[in-house]
Amino acid sequence: MPIEIPTLNVIALAPQIVVVVTALVVMALDISLTDKRVVGYVSLLGLAAAAVVTFALLGGPAQAIQQMAVSDGYALVLNLVFIVTAALAILVALGYLDERELQHGEYYALLLFSTAGMMLMAAATDLIVVFMGLEIMSVALYILAAFNHRQVGSGEAGMKYFILGAFASAFFLYGVALLYGATGSTNLHAIGEWFSPDRGNLGDPLALVGLGLLLIGFAFKVAAVPFQWWTPDVYHGAPTSVTAFMSVGAKAAGFAALVRILMVSFDQAFTLDWQLVLAVLAVLTMTVGNIAALAQKDVKRMLAYSSVAHAGYILVGVVPATMTGVKGVLFYLMAYAFMNIGAFAVIAVLEHRDAIGTALSDYAGLSTRKPFLALAMAVFMFSLTGIPPFVGFWGKLYVFRAAVEANMSWLAVVGVINSAISAFYYLSVVVQMYMRTPTDETAAAPALRLSGPVVVTLALALVATVVLGLWPTPLVNLTALGIFG
Amino acid sequence: MPSDYVPILIYLLVATFIAAFALVLPHYLGPRRPNPAKSDTIESGKLSYGDARRRVPVQYYIVAMVFILFDIEVLFFYPWAVLFWDLKWYGLVQIAIFAFLLVESYIYIWKKGAFKWK
Repeated sequence: MPIEIPTLNVIALAPQIVVVVTALVVMALDISLTDKRVVGYVSLLGLAAAAVVTFALLGGPAQAIQQMAVSDGYALVLNLVFIVTAALAILVALGYLDERELQHGEYYALLLFSTAGMMLMAAATDLIVVFMGLEIMSVALYILAAFNHRQVGSGEAGMKYFILGAFASAFFLYGVALLYGATGSTNLHAIGEWFSPDRGNLGDPLALVGLGLLLIGFAFKVAAVPFQWWTPDVYHGAPTSVTAFMSVGAKAAGFAALVRILMVSFDQAFTLDWQLVLAVLAVLTMTVGNIAALAQKDVKRMLAYSSVAHAGYILVGVVPATMTGVKGVLFYLMAYAFMNIGAFAVIAVLEHRDAIGTALSDYAGLSTRKPFLALAMAVFMFSLTGIPPFVGFWGKLYVFRAAVEANMSWLAVVGVINSAISAFYYLSVVVQMYMRTPTDETAAAPALRLSGPVVVTLALALVATVVLGLWPTPLVNLTALGIFG
Repeated sequence: MPSDYVPILIYLLVATFIAAFALVLPHYLGPRRPNPAKSDTIESGKLSYGDARRRVPVQYYIVAMVFILFDIEVLFFYPWAVLFWDLKWYGLVQIAIFAFLLVESYIYIWKKGAFKWK
């Protein structure tokens, strides 16, 4: 029997390949160089190259590789989200790791592999490829969370993330197995065809249980209630540069694959049977995240709960399963990348060794000690609350508008109420920075040093948050390209 | 429709029942005639000695991990070797990429000192 040689359209995965090759180069440099910061800069160059390739493909025809992955507008726009996330996280890490004597080449290699996994999840059109991307991303993140080997909290974060993440992967795989059993395929388009109304398979219980299990897997990755329990411990224990990366990257990757699966494969099957469930999850996620964040005395932990709440806001955009919702989600993820990594960059500066310096009281009077740092943090907090004219406002506007258009105004109302609740804890950071005098303790704390890369991160995030807030048109136009091919 | 889910409920009940059945019944019905050889630990026919709770040099962990990795990865070469002529250049290029990745990781862990027993 002759073997049919498959044709591989490598262009479809070009951005991912660029990132992986960069990671390999980083590994080679890691064993030959002593100054590991160079490795970090090389990673940035690689990400820039991946961005160039992504832009070159953007707007062109969608390229597919073996019905396994596709480079359509949706995948490419998300690639840009991941590249921005990874680049900002590397910039934060360059200074952060130096101060803690953790500057190792592995960090950048793992971060790049993780990014490649995220990009694969966004491009995947087959559940098996989604799972591969999920694992490539997660395994690297488990190690990164435990990267600060001198600190028990970091090891605990890695261990918790690993064990619970493995559980979530198992749920996801079980869902894939049930879907395969019901529909006879793991391909997203084939599953979508199986559900087409004339085939009479809508409401098939086995497939819907499969979808339910997939939802559990994704809810874990994006930190949605009731699978959010790991979030505070992992985000708080992991090195701040890693938290910045995974709070945005893993969330974006989870939503990337979830939205594509819902839109391409389930569509009507989802709206009939699972939409209400996901809507309730969105409400719970927002509310639980915000209320838990209110009680936090530690800014890093507070932002971990705020990240849960943001998963809820993004779910509001996912629930309607319309193209307006998809664009809203894309906009939100890009906005979230800038403002959230910016906020974590400020935390990384204030944090001394051994996770001291992240308490709310440590921010007292920051405006007099470091005016630039306080200003940046204030902008990020306003933006995360969703106060105009910052980019976070538009993100919320677009996801809530999608809910209103889909006749789910009540969901948008809950979202707005939750934003009002969140203002309390976001603004309490601003109050600390601008209206409290430094305590004796903070005054005695070692002077804050702003390393070059961190200043660049803060400047980039600040400019993006403000400029895209005042003039969101370019980002709106970009998300308009985010169509499925 | 909730009634559509009834088969899955039945399926779950049957699965639970079978699992419990297969564990509980042999316990009561099966004959038990233990002897020292039967009760001993089994590890591929090797005779056991000492206690399992003893110290193992931590370096062994890395060696074992590396061994597993390379042991499994060699498996990919067999199907390729069997189908060498059928896969033509496609197979050669694919396996070359794979071998390159393997060699790079090998050099990487070597230079990182994974093979040093210090």
